[in-house]
Amino acid sequence: MMRQAIATGSSARRTLSGTARVLLALKLDGPLTVGLALTAAYGLLILFSASGGDVRMLIGTVLRLAFGVVVMLALARLSPNLLRRASPWIYGAGILLLLAVAAVGHVHLGAKRWLDLGPVEFQPSELIKIAVPMMCAWYLHERALPPRWWDLAALGVIILVPVALVAKEPDLGTAALIAAAGAVVIFLSGLRARVLIALLLLAVAAFALGLRFLHGYQRARLLTFLNPQAHPLTTGYHIIQSQIAVGSGGMFGKGWMAGSQARLDFLPERTTDFIFAVVGEEFGLLGLAVLLLLYTFVIGRALYLAMHCPDTFSRLLGGALAVTFFIYVFINAGMVTGLVPVVGVPLPLVSYGGSSIVTELSGFGILMSLFSHRKLMG
Amino acid sequence: MPPVRIKDNWREQRMFVRRVWFVTTLMVVAAIAVVARLYYLQVVRQHYYEVLSVANGVRTIPIPAARGLIVDRDGEVMASNRPTFELELTPDEVPDLRGSLQRLAKLGLLHATQIPELIRSIKSHLSFDPVPIRLQLSGSEVARFAVRRFEFPGINISPQQSRWYPLNNLGVFVVGYVGPISPSELAHINQAAYAGTALIGKSGIEAQYEQVLHGTNGYRQVLVNALGREVRRPGVLARQLHEKPPVPGDDVILSLNLKIQRLAEKLLKGQDGAVVALNPWNGNVIALASSPTFNPNLFVRGISEKQYLALVNNPDMPLFDRALRAQLPIGSTIKPAIALGALTDGVLNPTKRIYAGSDWHLPGSDHMFHNYKHEVCGRLGLNMAIIMSCDVYFYQVAYKMGIERIGAWLPNFGFGRPTGIDLPGEQSGLAPTPAWMAKHYPHDYGWYPGDTVILGIGQGAFMATPVQLAHYTAILATRGLSFQPRVATALLNPITHKIHWKRPVLDGNLTMISRASWKVVIKAMHGVTTNPRGTAYWDMINATFPIAAKTGTAQLTREQANGDYNLKATPVKLRDDSWFITFAPLQKPRIAVAVLVEHAGAGARAAGPIAMKILNAYLLGPNGKLLPATPRARYSMPRSIEPRVDAGVDPTLTPTERAAKP
Repeated sequence: MMRQAIATGSSARRTLSGTARVLLALKLDGPLTVGLALTAAYGLLILFSASGGDVRMLIGTVLRLAFGVVVMLALARLSPNLLRRASPWIYGAGILLLLAVAAVGHVHLGAKRWLDLGPVEFQPSELIKIAVPMMCAWYLHERALPPRWWDLAALGVIILVPVALVAKEPDLGTAALIAAAGAVVIFLSGLRARVLIALLLLAVAAFALGLRFLHGYQRARLLTFLNPQAHPLTTGYHIIQSQIAVGSGGMFGKGWMAGSQARLDFLPERTTDFIFAVVGEEFGLLGLAVLLLLYTFVIGRALYLAMHCPDTFSRLLGGALAVTFFIYVFINAGMVTGLVPVVGVPLPLVSYGGSSIVTELSGFGILMSLFSHRKLMG
Repeated sequence: MPPVRIKDNWREQRMFVRRVWFVTTLMVVAAIAVVARLYYLQVVRQHYYEVLSVANGVRTIPIPAARGLIVDRDGEVMASNRPTFELELTPDEVPDLRGSLQRLAKLGLLHATQIPELIRSIKSHLSFDPVPIRLQLSGSEVARFAVRRFEFPGINISPQQSRWYPLNNLGVFVVGYVGPISPSELAHINQAAYAGTALIGKSGIEAQYEQVLHGTNGYRQVLVNALGREVRRPGVLARQLHEKPPVPGDDVILSLNLKIQRLAEKLLKGQDGAVVALNPWNGNVIALASSPTFNPNLFVRGISEKQYLALVNNPDMPLFDRALRAQLPIGSTIKPAIALGALTDGVLNPTKRIYAGSDWHLPGSDHMFHNYKHEVCGRLGLNMAIIMSCDVYFYQVAYKMGIERIGAWLPNFGFGRPTGIDLPGEQSGLAPTPAWMAKHYPHDYGWYPGDTVILGIGQGAFMATPVQLAHYTAILATRGLSFQPRVATALLNPITHKIHWKRPVLDGNLTMISRASWKVVIKAMHGVTTNPRGTAYWDMINATFPIAAKTGTAQLTREQANGDYNLKATPVKLRDDSWFITFAPLQKPRIAVAVLVEHAGAGARAAGPIAMKILNAYLLGPNGKLLPATPRARYSMPRSIEPRVDAGVDPTLTPTERAAKP
C-alpha cells in the first residue's frame, strides 16, 4: 500500500523526470514501455537479418509497430470502465466477424482466415484473442469468486464458440491459444483445485477425441513432432532445420547476417514462425538469453501491473494478457527447439507480418489502461 | 441451501496474487525447460548441429589431380594428359532449348536423332547445373562451334583432362592403359579419392603404379542454398568454405630404351612373338615387346563394342601380352641350365665325350628319343653338345640327373615362379616335378622317366614365359646373380622435381655353381655363335663383339618331338616356336635378350636375327663400334618432361586472347 502511494501519489510526482511525466500523461507504464521498445528493437535487428537485408520488410514492420503503438496509446487512454462495458460488444463483434469469415472469408494457403477489407486484410481471430479474455473477465467481474459450476458452464460457452469457429477455419494453433487465454482467466479467478483437475481430465479426453477429427496435416504435425527424422524432407523438415540452426549457433552464434541456415533458405518461415531459430543461429545461446530476459522482464512487469489492479475485471484481464503473452513465447520457442509440436504461433513482437504485433501491443495498451487508471476506481 | 456469497474484493485480490505466483512458478518451470533445451542444442550438441549445418550449405566439388606421366629412361613421354573438350549446356541460360539443339545439329555437332533424348536428359537435371551434351569434340568441331558461339547462350565448351598415349601402340604392354572405372573396381577403391576422376589404370604400369600416378584429389567448396543453387557471392558465409589444391601424381620413369623398344616392335611386326631385353646387372627392362599390339588410346574413353570385338576376336590375340603371359615350352634354351645343374651336382663330366647318334632309348625300355631332324651328333663333350644343341646328349644328362635334381634346379634359374617384374598379370610358367604331376594328373600313371628325359631339352610339361627366359638369360650373363626384372626405375615428383630412385632387387645368387662350370657353359654358349657348327653361327657371323647365345625350337606336336617334321607341310598354328636367348658382350654383358617368335620354325631362323639386331642396336654406336661401357646404375634426370597440359585454357581463344587473359 505504501509503495503504491509513493509510486503514484501526488507528493512523488513532483520529483519525476520529464520523460516519466510524459509517460504518466500518456497513461503508459515506464518499465513496460521500455521493455516492449527494447524487445521490438531487438526484433527489428533480427528481422533485418532473417529477411536477408530486406529493407521493405523492415519498413513494413516499423509501420505496423507504429500503428500498434498508436492503438496501444489510444487503448491506454481509455478508462477501464469503458473497456469493461465495451467487452460484450467487442466480443459480439468478434463472433460476427468470425461468422463473416466462415461465410465470405478469403482463402489463403488452404485456410479461410482473412477478411478482405479493401486495402488491408484482417484476421478476426486476432481480435478474438483479446476479446475472449475480456469477455470472461467481464463475466466474472460482477460475480463472487471462485466461480460456481454454472459460471463455468457459461464461460465454457463464451470460450468454445469462438474457439470452434477459429478451429473450423482451420487455424488450430490460434484456436488453442484463444482457449488458453480463456482458461487462464478461469484459473486466475480462483478455480478450486479439484475442479481444475476435473477440467484438465476433461481437456485430455477432449484432446484424445479431437485427435480423430484432425486434418491430415494436423495429425501429421503431431506425429512428426514425436519423430521428426521419419520424414526429414517433408513434415519433419521444419523441425530438423530449425534445430540445426539453433544448435549450430552455439554459445555465441555465427554473427549477425551470417547464419547459413537462414541465409541459404534452409530454415523455412525464417522471418515469421521460425525467427527464434535465426536469433539462435546468429546470436547463439547468449543472444537467445538476452531475448528471453527481455520477455521475462515484460511478462514480469505485466504480471506486477495485473496484481496491483484494484478490480476483478482488470486483474483477471491483465493477468490473462500477461500469461497469454508468456504462452506465445513458450510455444514458439518450444516449437523451434522441438519441445512442442509445430503450431503456427508467431514470436511476439519479433515475427514478421500479420496483425499479431498490433494485437500484442493492444493487449499491453489495455493492461496499461487498467493499471494507470486504477486510482480513479475506488 | 448454499451460503450467500458476497463479493469480497480484498479476499479475491489475495487469491489472485496466490494464483499469479502459482502460474509464475509454472512459467519458471517452462522457461527452465526451454533454456535447458537450448543449452542441450547449443552447447552440448553444438558440434553435431554445426556439422549438419555445414553439410547443408556447403557442397564440396572435387578437383581431380593431374595424373602422373609415364616416361622412358630419357624422358620421352609415353603417357600424358591432354584436354578434351565437351559441350555443356546450362538449361537455365538457354532461351530456346529445342532451337539451340537443332542449330547445333545443323552445325554438325549433334545428330538430329539425338535431340529428343537429349531434351529428356536435360530436363531431368537441375536447371542450373551444366549438362554435357557432346563429349570429345575434335579440334575442327571446337573451332566450328567457337566462331558461332554467340548464337548459343548457355552452351559452353568445357575442357576435361583425359589420358593420351602419344606413341600409340609403342610399349603398350609396359605402359598399359587407363579406362573408365568399372563397377567391380569401384568396390575396391577409395571412392573419395576417385571423386571427379573417371579413369583408372587397367593394365601395365598404369595399373601397377595406379596409387602413385593418381595423385591426391583436391577440392573446392561452394555455398549452395536449399534449392542446391550455388550462391555466387557468399559474403561473410564464405569463411566456412575451404579449398585444397590437388596434388598431382608422381611421374613414373621407366627403364625402357625407346630406340630398342621401337626396333623390337618393328622386328616382330607381322609375327606373333615377344622380345624381352634386360640389363642383367639390375634387372632393368630395356625393351619389352609383344606382337601384335593395339592402340591404348582406344580404351581411354571407353572402347566401342565393335572395336573391342575386333581386338578380342583377332586370332593373333593383340590384347594378349605374350611377354608376361605366354607360357610355352622353351626348347633347347633350357640346356645351359640343365648343364650347370648337372655340373654342380657332379653327375656330368664336361670333358667326357660320348657318342650321340640320331636317337636314344631309355635303358630297359624301347621308347626312342630322337634328335632334332634325326641328326647324328657323333662323339662329343658338353661344349659341342651345347654348340650343336644335341638333344641325344641332353637326354642322357637329364636321365642321369633325374627329376628330383632337375626339379630343384629349375627354380634357381627363375622357372616355375613369377620373376616379380613390376607389371600386373605375370604368369609363373611351370617347372614340373613328380609331386606336381601327381597332384594335377592323379589318374594318370604318375611320372615316367621319359618325362624327365624330354625335360632335358625343354619339352614336355615344362613351360616358361618370355620374361622368365630373359630373366634366366640375365642370370647366365651375370654368372649367377638374379635381379628382379623391373620396368619402373624411379618416381619423379612433379612439384619438387625430386627423383626417388628405386633400388634394384637382387633375389638370388647361385654361388653353388663353380666358376669352372660357368666358364664351360658360357664358353659353349659363345661357341654357339662362333663355331661353324653352332646353331646361331650364321645369325651372328657379322658380330663385332663376342656373344653368348642359345637357340630353342619348341615342338608343339608329338610328330615334331619325334623329329618327323616338315615345316611347309605343318599348319601354321602347329609349327615350332622359335626361341633365342643371348647376352653380350661375353665377358661384361650389358644386355640379356630373349626372343620368341611363335610358329616360325627353328630358333636360329626367326628369333636369332631379331636378337642380333637388338644387340647391335643397343651395343654399337653410330660408327659401328662397341659403345664404351657406362658405369652401372648411372642415372640421369630425364632430359625433358613435357609440361603438363593446362586444362584451364579455353581452346577457343586465339593465342593473343589467351595471352590477354590473366
